[in-house]
Amino acid sequence: MATETRTDTDFGEVSRWKDRVFEYVTLAAALFGVVTLGVLLAYVTVDAVGWLDWQFLTSPPHPIAAEAGLFPALVGSIVLMVLIALITFPLGVGAAIYLEEYASDGRLTRFIQLNIANLAGVPSVVYGLLGLGLFVQLINFGYGTLLVAGFTVSLLILPIVIISAQEAIRSVPDSLRQASYGMGATKRQTIRNVVLPRSLPGIMTGTILALGRAIGETAPLIMIGVPTTVFGVPDGLFAKFSAMPMQIYTWSSYPDTAFQYGVVSAGVVTLLVVLLSINSIAILIRNKYQTERS
Amino acid sequence: MSDATAPDLSKRSGQNTREFAYRAVFFVCALLSVLTTVAIVVTLLGDAITFFAEVSPIAFLTGTTWSPANDPVSFGVLPLITGTLVITFGAAAIALPVGLLTAIYLAEYASDRARSVLKPAIEVLAGVPTVVYGYFALVYVTPALSVVFPTISTFNALSASIIVGIMIIPMVSSISEDAMSSVPDSLREASYGLGATRFTVSTSVVVPASISGIASSYILALSRAIGETMAVTIAAGNTPRLVDLTDPAGVFLESIQTMTAAMVQLGASDVTGQSLAYRSLFAVGLTLFVITFVMNLISEWVASRYREEYR
Repeated sequence: MATETRTDTDFGEVSRWKDRVFEYVTLAAALFGVVTLGVLLAYVTVDAVGWLDWQFLTSPPHPIAAEAGLFPALVGSIVLMVLIALITFPLGVGAAIYLEEYASDGRLTRFIQLNIANLAGVPSVVYGLLGLGLFVQLINFGYGTLLVAGFTVSLLILPIVIISAQEAIRSVPDSLRQASYGMGATKRQTIRNVVLPRSLPGIMTGTILALGRAIGETAPLIMIGVPTTVFGVPDGLFAKFSAMPMQIYTWSSYPDTAFQYGVVSAGVVTLLVVLLSINSIAILIRNKYQTERS
Repeated sequence: MSDATAPDLSKRSGQNTREFAYRAVFFVCALLSVLTTVAIVVTLLGDAITFFAEVSPIAFLTGTTWSPANDPVSFGVLPLITGTLVITFGAAAIALPVGLLTAIYLAEYASDRARSVLKPAIEVLAGVPTVVYGYFALVYVTPALSVVFPTISTFNALSASIIVGIMIIPMVSSISEDAMSSVPDSLREASYGLGATRFTVSTSVVVPASISGIASSYILALSRAIGETMAVTIAAGNTPRLVDLTDPAGVFLESIQTMTAAMVQLGASDVTGQSLAYRSLFAVGLTLFVITFVMNLISEWVASRYREEYR
């Protein structure tokens, strides 16, 4: 690299030409993934037309493509997401508060921090094995139940929730904390009345984005035995249920083209629309509070 | 910073037990992450050790046939490891150069406006569920590839590699861009002052200066490709075979099976709690966990070097 560029530093036309070409190459690279995804999304949307209708959203799965629906999986995904939110929000925020407000910069803190970073990179299928070994076999919460799925996926997204909550708490100006202490407030009061209200929008944004990731997870659900096809909605924590990505995975193995290019497309578009709505909420929260602050 | 002033002021409250209780609760939350790691290791080791009592670790690591369910059973993990390597290599061939060039564009060329649009757009790539990517590879990418390669199988390593490559571009570009942005402007200005063009500044100053950040992003992206599950399960199929390097075209155009896909296949089948096939699941999981965990640690360690250098 270095030897090649050394020769053309004589500010001639050649180097400017090379510079321009390089700019377009990097721009093309930056657009490559986005454009490819855009094309694939266009294809799937076109294929979903005619399949994604009210009947599809309100019917249970069916072996005949025209009558197949996503309803149990759609409800299952939403219920699962609420459960995961209830588990990860307090735990994630609690951990972030400890690391940002209480922990000193000692060995233990650095160990916990490194551990969280590493957990964020553990493959999701391994979390599925953890769920299978711990919650299904050892604690016996039942094969493929809502509760096991809730705990398993919660552990999976917890590192992301903690890291984003830490960033939100860190962005609270220290002068506010000092002012609170100066008024005679305790640490707990300072956290509750100053730090948390101020960092809540950031924490919410991070948690909602993590929940978006949670509803797309498939591999852990397969490992803990979530059924591929379910005809009703879950009626309790120990109920079997299905989720949208599970249903998509099942349908995608049907050789029938009406499924491959029709029903699955409709399922994919539904999942992406739900995901997009979740992410939009997160972005709205962030933008609302960003403008208020500045 | 808050700790410097906090202790003496908060001690005046006279509610120390209550304060301590809160601290303890938050500490337990933070400790939960450590407990999760311990639980993963214990869970995987527990069943893997029982598995290795019946199948020797050497036979597991050097065996060339993976057939956990069909008689005669055979638990050689090599076909799965080579399958994983094929996908990782293919994904790397796309994501590493594209991700690096993307980072250079975002850090050195893009206007503020272009960056504010492109950066979140690229992040979207990482947010699409992997099961959706797998479906895309199977029904859109493979038929498109069959125009160029008429002999391509319905399930093949090529379309899975391409789609995994696209999926991990943001992993490379965002960490690399962070590293490039933290290169001090004085270095760039010195280079421009000598009459260098942006091309020379990018390739001879910025990239070498942020090389540890780039390396860290590469390792992390490869680790993600190794652990990627749904896309390779759906698109690459379930054919555990030892990769034949004398036939490079066949390697990518035929179906293979990765470690993760084998785990999904076992997990989805009715292997019961006490069978050998069930335990082999944990042995493969342990192998996968060890590989990715070591790579994540190396990536973290390499990244900490560039952070120290410029801050």
